[in-house]
Amino acid sequence: MTAVTAETAAASTYQARFDAAVAADERIEPRDWMPDDYRATLIRQMAQHAHSEIIGMQPEANWITRAPSLRRKAILMAKVQDEAGHGLYLYSATETLGASRDELLDKLHSGRQKYSSIFNYPTLTWADVGAIGWLVDGAAITNQVPLCRCSYGPYARAMVRVCKEESFHQRQGYELLLALSQGTQAQHEMAQDAVNRWWWPSLMMFGPPDDASAHSAQSMAWKIKRHSNDELRQRFVDICVPQAEALGLTLPDPDLRWNEERGHHDFGAIDWEEFRQVLKGNGPCNEQRITQRRRAHEEGAWVREAAAAYAAKSASGGSGAPHESAASEGSGTKSGEAQVEATA
Amino acid sequence: MTAALALGDDALVLSHRLGEWAGHAPVLEEEVALANIALDLLGQARTLLSLVGDEDELAYLREERAFRNLQLVEQPNGDFAHTIARQLYFSTYQRLLYGQLAAGDGELTGLAAKAVKEVAYHQDHAEQWTLRLGDGTAESHERMQRACDALWRFTGEMFQPVEGLDVDREALRSAWLESVTTVLKRATLTVPDTADTGAWSAGAGRQGLHTESFGRMLAEMQHLHRSHPGASW
Repeated sequence: MTAVTAETAAASTYQARFDAAVAADERIEPRDWMPDDYRATLIRQMAQHAHSEIIGMQPEANWITRAPSLRRKAILMAKVQDEAGHGLYLYSATETLGASRDELLDKLHSGRQKYSSIFNYPTLTWADVGAIGWLVDGAAITNQVPLCRCSYGPYARAMVRVCKEESFHQRQGYELLLALSQGTQAQHEMAQDAVNRWWWPSLMMFGPPDDASAHSAQSMAWKIKRHSNDELRQRFVDICVPQAEALGLTLPDPDLRWNEERGHHDFGAIDWEEFRQVLKGNGPCNEQRITQRRRAHEEGAWVREAAAAYAAKSASGGSGAPHESAASEGSGTKSGEAQVEATA
Repeated sequence: MTAALALGDDALVLSHRLGEWAGHAPVLEEEVALANIALDLLGQARTLLSLVGDEDELAYLREERAFRNLQLVEQPNGDFAHTIARQLYFSTYQRLLYGQLAAGDGELTGLAAKAVKEVAYHQDHAEQWTLRLGDGTAESHERMQRACDALWRFTGEMFQPVEGLDVDREALRSAWLESVTTVLKRATLTVPDTADTGAWSAGAGRQGLHTESFGRMLAEMQHLHRSHPGASW
């Protein structure tokens, strides 16, 4: 037997073992053999998920310095901190596939990898912070809960942790909107206006319709994805309708109504042209978001170089004693959620 | 209760400045660390201001002449070195001050005992970065030295008397100077030998005399709250 055929035979044994593991709902772990395309798909999806956490800090951080009460300010700071933390776990999980964080950030900064289209919309009023919590985090959770059972172990485990914190943020966003909705007339109007602006972009977070979704079938076969885009979108609409009623707010869709026969809500057509434009970089904030991210990275270059130079000197016994890294999550770091609860 | 107001304002204002870093930090780990410190400080501010009155009325409805924070904490973030120098000076002060208060039996003892653990972390974070930047590259050394020099003149205020604050100010001052000097020297930096009094006179911020950027910071912080009088959030 030549070396080439031996290799082919080995590869097909590996492939069979992989297929059997996926079929049996076993977890694929970093040291396991996996098809190249599976690895590449996961790197793309997980990196874009991490990027979304990082870019997603911007629209909310936009309101930290203007939050109208100290309690709300603490909640918002904690949330933005949690998002940075989620970005960190997701980059770590992606690194188990052989990618490096620097390389992934470089792809984000150069536009070769994307982030969720939703973060290209602006936060124009305080109520947008609540609408993001309720709708955007709500849509993210609907998407991410099934990922807790994803076939790739490190991703599934990261999702368990992320989903817990996201659910907490979503409840806080809902509660923020409720306070506005039940507040003064001006506050109520602010809440309704925010929901009007965030509803359709939130529905777009589930991605293109099933018949136009390029990666869906393969991702479902690999059990990276468990449900189709349209299935998840429908689930989200069905969850939101009664919540909007409880909030005393309306959803901006004249075609939205209960369909007895299907046992689901029918809803109006999504503006897929707008979605395509946002994905292509022509949304309201695409330019601004990526520019800020790049600027933070470029302006921080001297800081990272200093840390590397100092670490090298310390390691070689030069000036400065070696120290525990305070740059990594320090001993005093706890989740933002825990911090706000502790001070509430 | 001037002491709680002064210390509460310090924590409130510095927390706000650190909050401005969100989404702009040089590495992701610093997004987490700076937000973490900002949240600790905001928690302290809420506890302290609540001893004086309603936290939101105090934060959002006072004008700048009524704020009692140090001028140091209201200084704009500048580059990362400026933020770290401000953190080093302030967290060292806060740790020593809360250490003294925690050992006493005044109204602030309980708060100080809890907060001293947080500020020990803040001080460690600032010291580690002072070492990295001071003893990192030529550029970072120069930036860190410039930041330490520029903020030095706001440090004298920390040791001025504050009504109701029962601490040994001389001990505080000498321990602070010793601690900061040790870190700066290890970081291969020079301890500034310029005057350590701020834009006005000694104790200016504690008397409600602030620097110009502070008014703009308050305008941003307060505008939404002030636009909806009497609303709840």
